[in-house]
Amino acid sequence: MLSTKGIVLSQADGRPMYLQIMEQIRQRIAVGDWPGGQPLPSIRQLAIDLGISVITIKRAYFELEREGVIVTQHGKGSVVADGADVGARIHEQDFAKHLEQVVRIGALLGLTPKEIQARLREALERLTAAAKERT
Amino acid sequence: MNDVALTLDGVGKHYKFFDLDDVRLELPHGHIMGFIGPNGAGKSTTIRILMGLVHQDRGEVTVLGHRMPDQQAAAKWDIGFASEDMRLYDAASLDWHMRFIRSIFPSWDQPYAQLLLKRFDLKPEQHIKGLSHGQRTKAALLLVLARRPRLLILDEPTTGLDPVARHEILRELTDVMSDDRRSILFSSHNTQDVEQISDQITFIDRGRIIDSRDKESFMDRWRRIRVELPSGVQLPALSGVIDIKQSGRLAVATTNAFDGVLPRAYEAAGVRVQAVETMTLEEIFVENVQHSREGAHA
Repeated sequence: MLSTKGIVLSQADGRPMYLQIMEQIRQRIAVGDWPGGQPLPSIRQLAIDLGISVITIKRAYFELEREGVIVTQHGKGSVVADGADVGARIHEQDFAKHLEQVVRIGALLGLTPKEIQARLREALERLTAAAKERT
Repeated sequence: MNDVALTLDGVGKHYKFFDLDDVRLELPHGHIMGFIGPNGAGKSTTIRILMGLVHQDRGEVTVLGHRMPDQQAAAKWDIGFASEDMRLYDAASLDWHMRFIRSIFPSWDQPYAQLLLKRFDLKPEQHIKGLSHGQRTKAALLLVLARRPRLLILDEPTTGLDPVARHEILRELTDVMSDDRRSILFSSHNTQDVEQISDQITFIDRGRIIDSRDKESFMDRWRRIRVELPSGVQLPALSGVIDIKQSGRLAVATTNAFDGVLPRAYEAAGVRVQAVETMTLEEIFVENVQHSREGAHA
């Protein structure tokens, strides 16, 4: 049985509850706590465990299914998607999302594509240098 | 018909200073409906009509397959009702009340009642007279929950409770949903509670249903769009935008009919979209009431 104990929703987090649930399930799969092929708690069970509405869990599962993170078999419930690359894929999606944000905020600041590239390179160099110093 | 816990169809009731007008509602089994609206909007009147305590002037009301108010005696075996003005006998103990309800309702679940005593931190031997407001509210809910009715109708079940007690009540209500043939309708001013546990949200104001749909779609239609206007660019009037607050080149538009098209329409008009924000039920509540009142005065 997969444990849902650590799934905690935050009221101070401005995002809708279904997004918070999706993120916490994705994290569990990404770190390997919820391995591929394992059955997820039923929608009703997770709703009761978290003390929130059934429809919110339904939406979270529906969106996770669309992302390919879980697989739902009609009448049988949902399982974690199989394949070694699920964790990697989640990190990849996360990475792509953050990159998009960097570009968007850069554009908002009026930076040109060249300038955004340069800033990314700088950040990369700074982090690699810091890592070297530690070792 | 059997997969519906309750329906109201074209229900109206006239009072000297208030009209409930053409109320249509449907609650499928296995769902929790949060019923919200400002003071005096008609929540309690609607709930009283559902319970057969007030008779509608027109319209059809069906609860658990029984027509109300005519068949209310049959319906009430399976309805658990709790409201703020519910009176328990001051001179009797909670235990006395529990034995009394148990003697009437064969569905009474004694082990569950014992569990609720513990969870709600209530002492059965204590007399009602000595209980605080919050303890009375919890006692009344215990007496209703332990009957395990198929339909719970609760008028303001969490009002006046401390955060721990409120949390316990919400837990019990979601726990009821482990049986998908049971249903709950509850009214509340606590939008956080409603947002947390409702599958359906119904919004009423001045005797009319403003909106009633599943919670995810309800919340999804509302967005705040923060925009920046480059000099010389005017904010275009777009349909679905119900409020605009602007100072200088920054503006915030609120919509109750959001789709992906809206931000793109702004950008097509030369407006820079800075952020699209979701809203809490509390914020939606306030916007909704203000908007519907402005519409009425226009």
